[in-house]
Amino acid sequence: MSLHRQTVAVLALVGIAIATYLWLHAIGVVGELKCGTGGCEIVQASSYAHLFGIPVAFYGVVAYVALFGISVAGSQPALVARAWPTRWLVAISGAGFLFTAYLTSLEAFVIHAWCRWCLASAAVITAIFITSLAGFFRKS
Amino acid sequence: MKRFYGLLAVVAVAAIAFLIYSANQPAAAVPGGAAGRAPVTAQDSAFPGYVLGSDSAPVKIVEFADYECPICAMFATVQFPTIRDQLIKTGKVQWTLRDYPLPPTTHRWSHLAADAVACASEQGKAWDMIDAMFDHHDWALQSSNPTSVFRGLAQGIGVNTTTWDACVSADRYAGRIQASLDRGDALGVGGTPTFFMDGKEIARTDRSSDQFQRIADSVIAARPKHKK
Repeated sequence: MSLHRQTVAVLALVGIAIATYLWLHAIGVVGELKCGTGGCEIVQASSYAHLFGIPVAFYGVVAYVALFGISVAGSQPALVARAWPTRWLVAISGAGFLFTAYLTSLEAFVIHAWCRWCLASAAVITAIFITSLAGFFRKS
Repeated sequence: MKRFYGLLAVVAVAAIAFLIYSANQPAAAVPGGAAGRAPVTAQDSAFPGYVLGSDSAPVKIVEFADYECPICAMFATVQFPTIRDQLIKTGKVQWTLRDYPLPPTTHRWSHLAADAVACASEQGKAWDMIDAMFDHHDWALQSSNPTSVFRGLAQGIGVNTTTWDACVSADRYAGRIQASLDRGDALGVGGTPTFFMDGKEIARTDRSSDQFQRIADSVIAARPKHKK
């Protein structure tokens, strides 16, 4: 019954790792990104890599941590039958999916460079959104 | 549930191991780049940047740029020629370019490029060198040290390369570049290019020459009219 929440928890953990890696790079803790193409550096150096003075990756960390916390809590026997965790997962991952779509479009049409780690995060948030939606419709 | 927690633990351990490994990787050495923070003198801090246009221009725009940044190069080659012709040469706008070299972990040759421009500026060729840097931006796509490319560009605009070589290899303007970087940080520059008009950041969407034209026109129109 809580399979979709457990799946989201695992995916969110992967997302936390990717977003943390990009965030640590943005604040100078991690050196050169292991990207292969150099596109990561171009994307990370662009002015779009910050929002309100904070690295975009940090917002990713916050969102993935929230998704992880809600999905793990929602997988507990006491909450497994409740609908609200799934609703929150859909809402947060939906917002994340839209924001990621915007960032990916910037890579394609404005920056003209691809950051593989950003694309990996985009794939993870998309998978979380689809999984959350599947859980939502199964319940309702 | 045991299998679920087991899987979470495996993913968490793998993620933590990857992050620790990445954080402990030494950054690649950067030939020609300033090692650490360069000392900044009062003279360095007083340097206003590379100014183009009349001091009496009613609109003053400051651009913080990184010569290795592809968006800066795109702006310089696509939008800036129109801005130069229609706004700067007509006396409406004074344009100042300030160095904001991103860290070597992001842009390996940015500091060296800023050095190259600063050393050309010694010979009165700052803007010629800036134009050359952006017009021939292929150097930014190569992984090899672009010093010889920069020397060729400097030679092409009439810079005495013997003097220029000595200047670049001594990293003579490290303090001035650092001062510019500090100024950008103080203003909240979060990436390049970032533009300021009268100390206020211009929104990132306002990067086309048309937008700059509109901004300049609106500022000029809003100025109080003085009696002659």
